[in-house]
Amino acid sequence: MQPSGQVSATSLPIGSDADLAWVRQHVRQCAAGLGFGLVQQTKLVTAASELARNTLVHGGGGRVEITPLDNGRSRGLRMSFIDEGPGIRDLELAMTDGYTSGGGLGLGLSGAKRLVHEFSVDTEPGRGTTVTAVAWVAQVPASRPGV
Amino acid sequence: MTVPEQDAAVSAPQVVSSFLEQRKEQIAQRWADTPLFRSVFTVSRDEAVEACKAVVEALSEVAVSGRLEDVGSPGFAPVRDQLGRMTQTRARTGSTASQIADEVAGLRVPVVDLLREEFTDPTAPPAQEAVLALTMLLGTLRLVVMETALDANAELIERQRQQLLEVATPVIKLWEGTVAVPLIGTLDSARSQVVMESLLEAIVDQRARYAILDITGVPTVDSLVAQHLMKTVAAARLMGAECIVSGIRPAIAQTIVQLGIDLGSVLTRSSLSDALAYALGKQGIEVSRAHANESIR
Ligand SMILES: Nc1ncnc2c1ncn2[C@@H]1O[C@H](COP(=O)(O)OP(=O)(O)OP(=O)(O)O)[C@@H](O)[C@H]1O
Ligand SMILES: [Mg+2]
Repeated sequence: MQPSGQVSATSLPIGSDADLAWVRQHVRQCAAGLGFGLVQQTKLVTAASELARNTLVHGGGGRVEITPLDNGRSRGLRMSFIDEGPGIRDLELAMTDGYTSGGGLGLGLSGAKRLVHEFSVDTEPGRGTTVTAVAWVAQVPASRPGV
Repeated sequence: MTVPEQDAAVSAPQVVSSFLEQRKEQIAQRWADTPLFRSVFTVSRDEAVEACKAVVEALSEVAVSGRLEDVGSPGFAPVRDQLGRMTQTRARTGSTASQIADEVAGLRVPVVDLLREEFTDPTAPPAQEAVLALTMLLGTLRLVVMETALDANAELIERQRQQLLEVATPVIKLWEGTVAVPLIGTLDSARSQVVMESLLEAIVDQRARYAILDITGVPTVDSLVAQHLMKTVAAARLMGAECIVSGIRPAIAQTIVQLGIDLGSVLTRSSLSDALAYALGKQGIEVSRAHANESIR
């Protein structure tokens, strides 16, 4: 267990449903340690769940690299989901709400993008896919009750 | 016994093998008093001695084959079950794998002492070589024991996983015609399947008109979990029951919306009690305080 506030970079394997559970748990712990609020934690964990499952199901397994960030003004978390699977041929289509090549809802990629602040996909057919998501701790102004 | 010290043709493993064979009884007597065997065979010391002899025989077999460092050596096969049972016994009383490994390491000193006594000059190279060979062999035994301990753990974990699948999805009859499933933990595909099946079964058995899926205990609702929920709701509907999803926490509600999941077709209530009140109300049952006549809704 890490002491709260102390979050180090980690790489976790994604090869089974149990790994997905571990990724979610780890992201939640990191997010809490970095000072993310409950709603943001939930969003980050949910995005991680979507992207890790894509790595597992569509990418044939891979890993996630989780890195704490600090830009001087705010703390953040970067998660890179990396696989060497088939890649995504038509990224624009894949990013469309409701598009799925399997029996899913087709909301994983597009939905995860909405849940984080920065989102990028690096993919090449036959070479694999890396999806990177970054979120920053919201800077809530101290005195604005009722917002 | 006299170990042929001058005979260079006899290799150290062979020396060790015949030593183990001939001194089996003494080694077993000494091992029977070590923590490893003493704590497993608490009832009868004879049993401990017999178990020790079996291990000594196995080690002698392995030594004669020359594969001192091979965990897969066939010589270990006859004692694998016994070692497995021993580690399980230790594990059940709270020993960790590394504690068990330490206990196996504790077998080394008594047997090495005995081996040294075989040599007129225990510091001469043949004696040193034999001790080295025996030490290697016992190191391998330690690995074999660790392996059986890990196998036993994997089995236990799998068994517990199976139990969790069943235990974690009780369907509760809340009222005549109303059943509920309090979902707890991760809703992966396997568990969703179990939930759906037991809920549909309960709907039929209880002739339920209302089924409540409470997700207060589900930490993450992603698109797959949402899809499972919607499928369950649709299936319940086909069985003639109306499904209510309760316990969607505010953080999860916001996340679901941003993810783009449309739960519009699903009836939701913020808490299990709200869901129950709804189901009762629909059946014309009103809950009120006995005196104040103040309905809870
Ligand atoms: N890592 C990946 N490797 C290859 N293809 C991918 C990868 N991630 C996504 N895709 C493709 O993009 C499509 C859209 O992904 P998205 O996560 O949005 O939907 P989905 O996984 O099909 O369903 P769900 O809503 O359950 O996540 C997928 O169906 C798949 O074809
Ligand atoms: Mg997906």
